[in-house]
Amino acid sequence: MKTPVKKYVSFIALITLLALLVGVPGYMPSYTVILITNILMHVVLTLSWAIFSGPTGYISLASAAFFGTGVYASALLSSSLPLPIVIVIGGCASFILAFLVGSLTLRLKGMYFTMFTFGLVELVRNSLHWWEVNITGTVGRLIISADNKHIFYCMVGIFVSVLLISYLIKRSRFGLALESIGQSEEAAAHSGVNVTRVKAVTFAVSAFFMGAAGVTMSMRWTYIDPTTAFNIQFSFMPVLMAIFGGMGHLYAPITGATLFSLLEELLTTKFPYYYMLIFGLIMLAVIRFMPHGLEGGIEKWRKRVEKESPVKT
Amino acid sequence: MPILEGQGVTKYFGGLAAVFNVDFHVEQGEALGLIGPNGAGKTTLFNLISAALAPKSGEIRFKGRNITGLAPFKICRMGVARTFQTVKVFADMPVLNNVVLGAYFGMSPGMASADAIREATSILEFVGLSAVKATPAKDLTLANQKRLEVARALATRPELLLLDEIMAGLNATEVAEAMKLVARIRSQGITVIMIEHVMKAIMSVCDRIMVLHHGAKLAEGTPTEIATSKEVIRVYLGERKHAGS
Amino acid sequence: MIIKFLDIAIGGLLMGGIYALIAVGFGLQYGVARVLNIAHGEFIMLGAFCTWTLFTSAGVTPLVSMLFCAPFFFAIGFTIYRIYYNQLRTSSESPAVFEGNSMLASFGLLFVVQNLALIIWGSPVKGYSYLAFPIQLSGAVFSANRIVTLIASVILGSAFYVFLARTRTGKAIRAAAQDPDAAELMGISIKRVLAVCFGFGTMMAALGGLLLSMTSIMLSPVMGMQYTLIAIIVAVLGGLGNIKGCFIGGFILGLVGYVVSSSQPGLSMVAYYVIFLFLLLVRPTGLLTK
Repeated sequence: MKTPVKKYVSFIALITLLALLVGVPGYMPSYTVILITNILMHVVLTLSWAIFSGPTGYISLASAAFFGTGVYASALLSSSLPLPIVIVIGGCASFILAFLVGSLTLRLKGMYFTMFTFGLVELVRNSLHWWEVNITGTVGRLIISADNKHIFYCMVGIFVSVLLISYLIKRSRFGLALESIGQSEEAAAHSGVNVTRVKAVTFAVSAFFMGAAGVTMSMRWTYIDPTTAFNIQFSFMPVLMAIFGGMGHLYAPITGATLFSLLEELLTTKFPYYYMLIFGLIMLAVIRFMPHGLEGGIEKWRKRVEKESPVKT
Repeated sequence: MPILEGQGVTKYFGGLAAVFNVDFHVEQGEALGLIGPNGAGKTTLFNLISAALAPKSGEIRFKGRNITGLAPFKICRMGVARTFQTVKVFADMPVLNNVVLGAYFGMSPGMASADAIREATSILEFVGLSAVKATPAKDLTLANQKRLEVARALATRPELLLLDEIMAGLNATEVAEAMKLVARIRSQGITVIMIEHVMKAIMSVCDRIMVLHHGAKLAEGTPTEIATSKEVIRVYLGERKHAGS
Repeated sequence: MIIKFLDIAIGGLLMGGIYALIAVGFGLQYGVARVLNIAHGEFIMLGAFCTWTLFTSAGVTPLVSMLFCAPFFFAIGFTIYRIYYNQLRTSSESPAVFEGNSMLASFGLLFVVQNLALIIWGSPVKGYSYLAFPIQLSGAVFSANRIVTLIASVILGSAFYVFLARTRTGKAIRAAAQDPDAAELMGISIKRVLAVCFGFGTMMAALGGLLLSMTSIMLSPVMGMQYTLIAIIVAVLGGLGNIKGCFIGGFILGLVGYVVSSSQPGLSMVAYYVIFLFLLLVRPTGLLTK
């Protein structure tokens, strides 16, 4: 439990960060705005992923499916509705998809669930592709794009929402139930927790934000088709970033995603043919030597500092 | 009407009958002991009652309602709680939160926060774990972890409590403490079914005892009847003459 | 009528053998070594590309390439397990933690292998033609190379089955699959057996890829993932670690794929996936286990 002083400090830091963010388009060049939007997108995806997969330990590889659902919702609706509404609708579509998939497959053991989510992206992609080829006759759609400032602010809004929801969940009894499921699902069920429903709802909530992010980012692209919208990289990236950063405290996935995004930005410009290789090696190294990610190292250091400190914090 | 009864309860694992055609009943306020050699099907029977597993055939009724095959959380909320043979505490969570979870979800509707925390704190006192309420559950001794499981089960306000070998691995002092705890639980009006290998405890605490062997009910009766039954001695007690410790 | 049925049956079986092999490989890695190898498909891809390279630059026929690829990829898998997964296994707090971590590590492996392939071979698709002449079988026409792959996969599968049943190493593998601790107590070097299993897994993957490349499909460094998925589905269908089951499952899936793609091309993956969902919900232990 954080002391009141620490909580106050974190809060101030957060408000400052948000104030800076909000001002960015005002005093930063367009390139920076786009960069920060990208970073925020990764942060949102990672935080969303961590909402579910963090406490429960169920590794979901379906993020790309939910992100892509948002992208497609935007393709269908962005010409007729204002952006914020489309964001909510896209989020809801992903929510519903995740709730359905979750209710069916979250009864399975963790590994089977992971295997299943691995294929979900391909399933949706193939189905949509077939639908477009055979039923609608055209493959791909055009999107009415928005300008970068618009996209940036929407992404900030989604980021704040995800952060808020993550925080509220962690402090609520729902979050306690989630955690207990991760520690011992059987004991949780026998203590009165409706484990399937809790898992499905949490999975759906995390999907909502992924869908919302999908709608927002789709505004960057003018043309989308099933292959560009449902790209398995969007399933892999949040996992990489969450493992890299850690999933316990809220700062961990944010830090991991930010660092990793910057790394990706750096690598794709300097070593476009090698960045996957480097990511893979980093992943292998982190799993082997720091399975709790950066957060693991940070917490260990914090504990040591607290132990050695003569003053009780 | 017995608080819990089962008829023809059967469960197969592959070709092996883990529980075979078992009838049982427990009266309100009773303490029923469930004994038998290892592999007799005792924990499986618990699993069938608490719905961790579904039986192949047979029916289980709690307070007259058929609970066979319901989801475990529903059965818990109806008033049946249990502990586990291999301790399943929420390892990284503080002791208090382990119990609070039971208070939040073990009934419907669950308690409000302040009430739940108060309830959990008083239960921790009841079982004797107040001193460690902020400790992560994984740092507790085995005996305390077992007590924590009991506390968590009690937080769900059960009318029937299934205790699965809570005395296994405990030394003599700890066993005595556990027996006192069971007595305190019973004084609250809670019906108890206990699986135990510690004969002294079972014989002195329980009103009736049921003996399982190879999945089937071998005998049933008062502690004296069981202790003197030739069948039971041949199959089980005889092998464990020194099980008095 | 009979001809149509035979046409479908044989057409379905042709890919089924390959599916079965890659499923056996996956099953060995997950069922015994407890590594959910998401990168399995990447080794299938590597096998295909190695065969392509050997064929197009050195004229080595695929069936002869097998003599090189099999031990080569076995060694790769064995080494990967020994230098990485084994340390992960001993440093993980519990088998469940290890399963999670090894799956995530395979992620990293996927990235590494795919990128290496992209660097070595580049992204444009490749293919080659070998034994591509038609053969008539009771009225229906099939490509000779596909029939050869079917025969080859059945031979390889049977050989491996015999290996598991008769040889000492095979028995050690089966023992380790049932109970690693007991096996260790009986003097089996678990470290070595698990590495051997992983090695066989990559070997099967590569051989599957080799046979795949013979069927004149287009090869690309990103082709691996769909085959990982197929391997998973077939392995679950047949029961993890059950060779006969993998073959039956492979043929079922091959059949389904053939039927679906002849009426609605592009939906075969969807069909596989629906089967997978159905399987997981109804009988996750596989169709053939009791």
